[in-house]
Amino acid sequence: MKPTDIGNAEYFHKVVDCQYACPAHTPVPEYIRMISAERYTDAYMVNWESNVFPGILGRTCDRPCEPACRRGRVEDAPVAICRLKRAAADNKGSLEGLMPKIPRRKNGKNIALVGAGPASLTVARDLMPLGYKIDIYDDQGKGGGMMRSQIPVFRLPPAVLDEEVGYILDMGVTTHFNTRVESLRSVLADDYDAVFVGTGAPRGSDLDIPGRQEAAARIHVGIDWLSSVAFEHVESIGKRVIVLGGGNTAMDCCRTARRLGGEDVKVIVRSEFSKMKASPWEKEDAMAEGIPILNNHVPRAFLHENGKLTGMSFDLVEVRYDDTGRRSLVPTGEAVEFPCDAVLIAIGQENAFPWIERDVGVEFGKWSVPVVDPRTYQSTNPKVFFGGDAALGPKNIITAVAHGHQAAISIDLFCRGQNLHDRPGPGVTLISQKMGMHEWSYDNGVSDDYRFKVPHADPALTLKNRKLEVELGFDTRTALAEAQRCLNCDVQTVFTAATCIECDACVDICPVDCINFTPDAEESVLRSSLRAPATNHEQDLYVSGPLIQTARVMVKDENVCLHCGLCAERCPTGAWDMQKFLYNVTKAGQACAPSKR
Amino acid sequence: MTYQRPNFRHPEAPVNTLGFTRRDYEGSISTLCAGCGHDSISAAIIEACFGLPVAPHRIAKLSGIGCSSKTPAYFLGRSHGFNSVHGRMPSVATGANLANQDLVYIGVSGDGDSASIGFGQFAHVVRRNLNMTYIVENNGCYGLTKGQDSATADRGSKSKKGSANPYEAIDLASVALQLGATFVARSFSGDREQLVPLIKAALSHSGFAFLDVMSPCVTFNNHEGSTKSYIHVRDHLDAAPVDFVPVRDEIRASYAEGMTTEVRMHDGSVVRLHKDSGQVYNIEDRQAALRAIAEHDEAGRTLTGLLYIDRDAPDLHKVLGTSRRPLNSLKEKDLCPGSKVLDSINAGLR
Ligand SMILES: Cc1cc2nc3c(=O)[nH]c(=O)nc-3n(C[C@H](O)[C@H](O)[C@H](O)COP(=O)(O)OP(=O)(O)OC[C@H]3O[C@@H](n4cnc5c(N)ncnc54)[C@H](O)[C@@H]3O)c2cc1C
Ligand SMILES: Cc1ncc(C[n+]2csc(CCOP(=O)(O)OP(=O)(O)O)c2C)c(N)n1
Ligand code: SF4
Ligand code: SF4
Ligand code: SF4
Ligand SMILES: [Mg+2]
Repeated sequence: MKPTDIGNAEYFHKVVDCQYACPAHTPVPEYIRMISAERYTDAYMVNWESNVFPGILGRTCDRPCEPACRRGRVEDAPVAICRLKRAAADNKGSLEGLMPKIPRRKNGKNIALVGAGPASLTVARDLMPLGYKIDIYDDQGKGGGMMRSQIPVFRLPPAVLDEEVGYILDMGVTTHFNTRVESLRSVLADDYDAVFVGTGAPRGSDLDIPGRQEAAARIHVGIDWLSSVAFEHVESIGKRVIVLGGGNTAMDCCRTARRLGGEDVKVIVRSEFSKMKASPWEKEDAMAEGIPILNNHVPRAFLHENGKLTGMSFDLVEVRYDDTGRRSLVPTGEAVEFPCDAVLIAIGQENAFPWIERDVGVEFGKWSVPVVDPRTYQSTNPKVFFGGDAALGPKNIITAVAHGHQAAISIDLFCRGQNLHDRPGPGVTLISQKMGMHEWSYDNGVSDDYRFKVPHADPALTLKNRKLEVELGFDTRTALAEAQRCLNCDVQTVFTAATCIECDACVDICPVDCINFTPDAEESVLRSSLRAPATNHEQDLYVSGPLIQTARVMVKDENVCLHCGLCAERCPTGAWDMQKFLYNVTKAGQACAPSKR
Repeated sequence: MTYQRPNFRHPEAPVNTLGFTRRDYEGSISTLCAGCGHDSISAAIIEACFGLPVAPHRIAKLSGIGCSSKTPAYFLGRSHGFNSVHGRMPSVATGANLANQDLVYIGVSGDGDSASIGFGQFAHVVRRNLNMTYIVENNGCYGLTKGQDSATADRGSKSKKGSANPYEAIDLASVALQLGATFVARSFSGDREQLVPLIKAALSHSGFAFLDVMSPCVTFNNHEGSTKSYIHVRDHLDAAPVDFVPVRDEIRASYAEGMTTEVRMHDGSVVRLHKDSGQVYNIEDRQAALRAIAEHDEAGRTLTGLLYIDRDAPDLHKVLGTSRRPLNSLKEKDLCPGSKVLDSINAGLR
């Protein structure tokens, strides 16, 4: 196998599973260590720099980092990364002096941001410190986008949202709220140097089956209904509610319905339970509130009498897999009916750009999604950039943030007349953690604790009051214990072949059999012949060049390394060292050599 | 800032046919110098016992004094053990073994422990053919007392301070052969491929199985000029590969005619030796083994592998005709044959 090039920043980046999986590449273990050291403000700022909304995300993030977390591969459950973020936000001190300075003298460039969701706000957050003048337009009365209109307040208190949206708007962004942009052409005519479109995916899919028109008064599209609730246009719903759909919107709809008077609330889904799009924790929370989830039910018709909704009928289906593994829902011939007073349709979301003229140079592809460069977020009109749900269809907040950072880099390069593809590489440092005998500057002990549960408020109270936050967050003691579960995957095992005497001490001490000394071979041969077979192909093998004494190679399977440092501890020659790898995605305007890799 | 082995193990860690994982054979974390050959041998013992397999509670480990003799603390933490005084492990092993032949005995000693202070004890345990595996972790020095030359240090080998050893070395493998050992092998701590099957074979041998394992002292005897350093040992090694095929596995691999010798042990397992690299003499010929050792030595090389085996010699229990059952399980009924027997004995003496 070719020896590993650890000079390539992406190699060690991939070892930091959580950071690698995070769309914004938040340095997770770095902030978790800060929480262990009770440095909450610092932990908050590390987050703020990369994901902009730590308090919001600490409550609502889709957390792609957690399924990726190494801890989940050596034990039961991943580190509660997301809730630790919240602990940093909850316990932080004053941020005075920590926020970027906004230059009084502007650089003469004007940018328009359409939509004030997380994508646009991130662009503003990255460009304001560089001296740009920014106008932000949104049809709502406040910033936040769907974080305000869709995410129910019992999951995200308005105060948290206001605070973090405020940090950005307070940089001096010119806001045009309650202003719906009706024409891109007119925005472009306004002499902006660049326009960023962050208008989200605002249209909820409807369900066109018999009875839809006749019973329309009691049938609502989920996201429209949720925003009506958020803006207090709707304050109640019938006692018996059916929610259609298996995603997170359905979970928010049913839980909100429970709080607005729904007593018999059911979620009814076409697919089986395991194929539902909703995150496992969203499903758990819904079920814990007494909401049953019925699977394998395909809606057949809305039932009505005298123009009034009376219920719904469904065809029962069975899930079958053919020889190629393709799944199909086969009708069983059975049908069921459920009486109800209201139906919420939460079966999907779409992009819609009625306000963008089709002749302003912005091309659209399938499903009226704009044609956007996936690296630069530039559209076919070089002045117009897209990000967040508007760019690639409905995703989540952290993806919108990641797009925002990249779009800001592009807009900055664009305004300075530079090549958008000559993008800055990540900022990377690799520093030895050795302090002395048995002493490392990180806490290398591995905690045996299982994942701690976040306490919830009493459902008797939260189900009565829509505005009461359900999750209470970790107290500082639990946060500390949970933080200890982190394996410090950013503290890398760095091998120097030239000093190894092949004594096997590292092989023997390694608790999880990562390290091998073996004759060189093809990757597939190595993977099957190691002390513990390396079956997880998503994780790399770290391979050295030939060793001095036997010409064998060192092969380390990164898969379940605990980063305990014992290999380095037991190495007589220091051929192993534990080095902290800090990887920061470079932001707009940060002086850094363009990546040549 | 901790020096503790985490409790997690590889999620796909193999389980042996007795239902144990390797972890069941581990001991506490080693306190030897990082890089000590002895730790490698501990790992090889763990591997051999796990792989054979022997249940941990059926093993008794015995040792004397020295870094090597400390190692039983670092493997087989769920087995029986006795850390005796310097050079006296053979007596303790003999006593334990005579009292209970149901256990598997592993003695771990050093070159100082066996070739100096315990040389006399060593001689007698060999000639009695006590059923045990006796491993000398040979680093050519007294590691624990800061690296003085031991009796196995080669003549001319340099100490860390630079002085050459003026005395002739004792070769424990040759001595064991001369004293009638029924299983003699030599290996190197850094050659796990050979060492693990050799330990398995030794554990399967009924009788005295001696293993002389070169085991570099990384702190006091790993410098230039030492003949027991990692690099010197590796450069002068003539290693004859050994495979161990346990009873339950059928023999699948096939080798060119005449290139391998198969030795079937009494328990049905097979030790396979490969002739292509060094093992050219009859493994059951004691004199040939002694000659092979000497010839390699003269050529400045060290022959490793299984050097000699005699599968049929009776062990000490057979010689003495002792009780099959462990002494602690014998009841008064077994021990006191009754007055009738006593009467007949007395009558015989009149
Ligand atoms: C019910 C629900 C729950 C969700 N829960 C979560 C969650 O828990 N965690 C998570 O990570 N994600 C969640 N999401 C997804 C998340 O809200 C979005 O992915 C994210 O907000 C997208 O950000 P954005 O900046 O692209 O756009 P948006 O947040 O959608 O913001 C777009 C803004 O632009 C405005 N706008 C649109 N068109 C115009 C126009 N022509 N003129 C002016 N303004 C306009 C909109 O009113 C809106 O304010 C949820 C979504 C829904 C529907
Ligand atoms: C009766 C007695 N004499 C001397 C000593 C001091 N002593 C301790 S260990 C040792 C030598 C050990 O050498 P070796 O058996 O080769 O073990 P190593 O440390 O090299 O593995 C000596 C002389 C002792 N402990 N007891
Ligand atoms: S840090 Fe070293 S000893 Fe610890 S698990 Fe990783 S490779 Fe093994
Ligand atoms: S402990 Fe160090 S010297 Fe020994 S084999 Fe491992 S890397 Fe090489
Ligand atoms: S002194 Fe030598 S023999 Fe003792 S532990 Fe250290 S390296 Fe091993
Ligand atoms: Mg010694």
